Amino acid sequence: MKYCDLSKFYDLLLAISAKQSLYVPVNTKGGATWGRYREGVELSRATNTVRSAKDFFFPQTENLMEFKMEGKKIDVIDTREECEDFVLFGVRACDAASFDILDRVYLVDPVDSYYKNRREHGTVVTLACGRPTDTCFCQTFGIDAADPKGDLTVWELENGYAFRANTAKGEALLASVAEFLTDTDDAAVETAKTQIRSILQKLPLAGLTTEGLGKGLTKELFDRPEWASLSESCLGCGTCTFVCPTCQCYDIRDFDTGHGIKRFRCWDSCMYSDFTKMAHGNPRVSQLERFRQRFMHKLVYFPDNNDGIFGCVGCGRCLAKCPISMNIVKVMKTMSKGGNK
Amino acid sequence: MQAVMEKRALELLADGTVNRVLGWTAGEFIYDVTPAVFETAEEVQNGFLYNDFCGANLSKYLVKESRKEGKILVFLKPCDTYSFNQLLAEHRIIRENVYVIGIECYGKVDVEKLREMGLSGITGIRKADGDFVVETIYGEKTVKQADAMAERCLACKSKRHVVYDELIGEDGEVVEDCNRFDMVEKLEQMTPEERFAFWRGELSRCIRCNACRNVCPACTCEQCVFDNPNSGVAQKAAASSFEENMFHIIRAFHVVGRCTDCGECSRVCPQNIPLHLLNRKFIKDINSFYGTYQAGEDPNAKPPLGTFTTGDREA
Repeated sequence: MKYCDLSKFYDLLLAISAKQSLYVPVNTKGGATWGRYREGVELSRATNTVRSAKDFFFPQTENLMEFKMEGKKIDVIDTREECEDFVLFGVRACDAASFDILDRVYLVDPVDSYYKNRREHGTVVTLACGRPTDTCFCQTFGIDAADPKGDLTVWELENGYAFRANTAKGEALLASVAEFLTDTDDAAVETAKTQIRSILQKLPLAGLTTEGLGKGLTKELFDRPEWASLSESCLGCGTCTFVCPTCQCYDIRDFDTGHGIKRFRCWDSCMYSDFTKMAHGNPRVSQLERFRQRFMHKLVYFPDNNDGIFGCVGCGRCLAKCPISMNIVKVMKTMSKGGNK
Repeated sequence: MQAVMEKRALELLADGTVNRVLGWTAGEFIYDVTPAVFETAEEVQNGFLYNDFCGANLSKYLVKESRKEGKILVFLKPCDTYSFNQLLAEHRIIRENVYVIGIECYGKVDVEKLREMGLSGITGIRKADGDFVVETIYGEKTVKQADAMAERCLACKSKRHVVYDELIGEDGEVVEDCNRFDMVEKLEQMTPEERFAFWRGELSRCIRCNACRNVCPACTCEQCVFDNPNSGVAQKAAASSFEENMFHIIRAFHVVGRCTDCGECSRVCPQNIPLHLLNRKFIKDINSFYGTYQAGEDPNAKPPLGTFTTGDREA
């Protein structure tokens, strides 16, 4: 365990940012967001950023390749470039856990080379949650906000920060700023963890369970009548999917620049009317079906395909941002029948 | 208030005046209220809620609901009645299938504003001497009502219901000195460069979730041109910040003269973009170019951009 005194903390950040791109949560008019660290930038105290940290590995839009045509000849141009090294500092436990979920989609065969490139070059520094909020429910999914994963875990203490490397990348990052660090024992961190865990127990959603949800339950849940009332006032916007750290669906389209074709992908939303639209039409024609897809994916289909692991990390962004306050917690409580009262 | 509304809903369901009720239902917390349709007395008794967080404008739901079988009861706040009237003018709501109860409103609380004050872990809110006491897992804090209120409510344009079948509570008046154009005037006083920078900054945060469009009572096209793959302008990707800017400006143009300034666009924006300012600029311009006009005030009024007179600026 390493320790950095508060007086040296911003020098430490500056030293990291001198070597590679460093991103931290900062406050803006639009709420907390990820911003490039530069001297004088202050870290946001928000529990979480409005948009999740997944943007760094799975950006909202990206070009995949280009085509140039001359007569009957088509040139396929590979536009991939090696990503530069970067550091995310202050990722919360929920977002760190979301990377494991995205990895299960993008790093399995066939590996998504665009995603992999960014994952390999990114170092994730997590920050334990000193002030979890009412919308938090990461503990429902076995995530420990007091001891988050990531390459490096950081705890904010009274007069400084404690650091623990979890991976070789984390070790390397610590070694690169060794001059700002001293050795410390675990005592202060253990106290901080105890404090955080006692807050977690007091959270309004502390008792939320996944009972009655999970793999193998498609038949039980798919035709439940409650989907109608749950989805009734859904506006069909993409807010929940775009602020979600685990939503992973995208669309691929070609754009004619006039000089060639750029093939790009962009986030898609199962809430949109043209989601997975194919030559024959759309497999989900009503908002009820689209709404059901989103929650069945996270609570049943994803666990079905991933050893029972849920596709939600309890970050609470959809609770805070849905225009009509419909969200996964309400769905879980309704569908788990008696498991959540 | 909730008890009176609930009682009326039950009566109207029982005597067969309506077969459904459109209102709000409780969530996990005091603030996460969801619009809901209730079909039975039991559903109303178990789920109906009205509190300081029922900000959502229910009018747009009636486009769909008024086309279903039977008559539906809806509770509308003064500002919601303007949207309802405008939708009537546009033949989007079937009037005879809706029973409107106007409810008085003194402004709604915006939980985002409480969070911006640093309040986290909110577990409850209670009123005390006109202020709000916000209960959190970290302790309590007293917040002045004005500080907790949604921005749009601080500049409330009218406490008058422009349409209703019956009222609960007193009808109010149009608020003449609501100062809702203050920020527009500030923007007008900026240099073009400053104004351009302001909007580029605000609109650059857009994630193209379409919440503003989908909640907007003036946006009721069966299929939006931006969702139609055959339109040639369908664009799912937030491809460049410039395109997002154009999306919002085009949308604002499309609702000119029809936007009632209900403020839902800014309420739902997950990125806190003050989209209502675009609409207010157009409203202000219409007022000065064509004479004072409030969309939704009178469903039979001639829309300023849908009529031509020899007195018009361009005549």
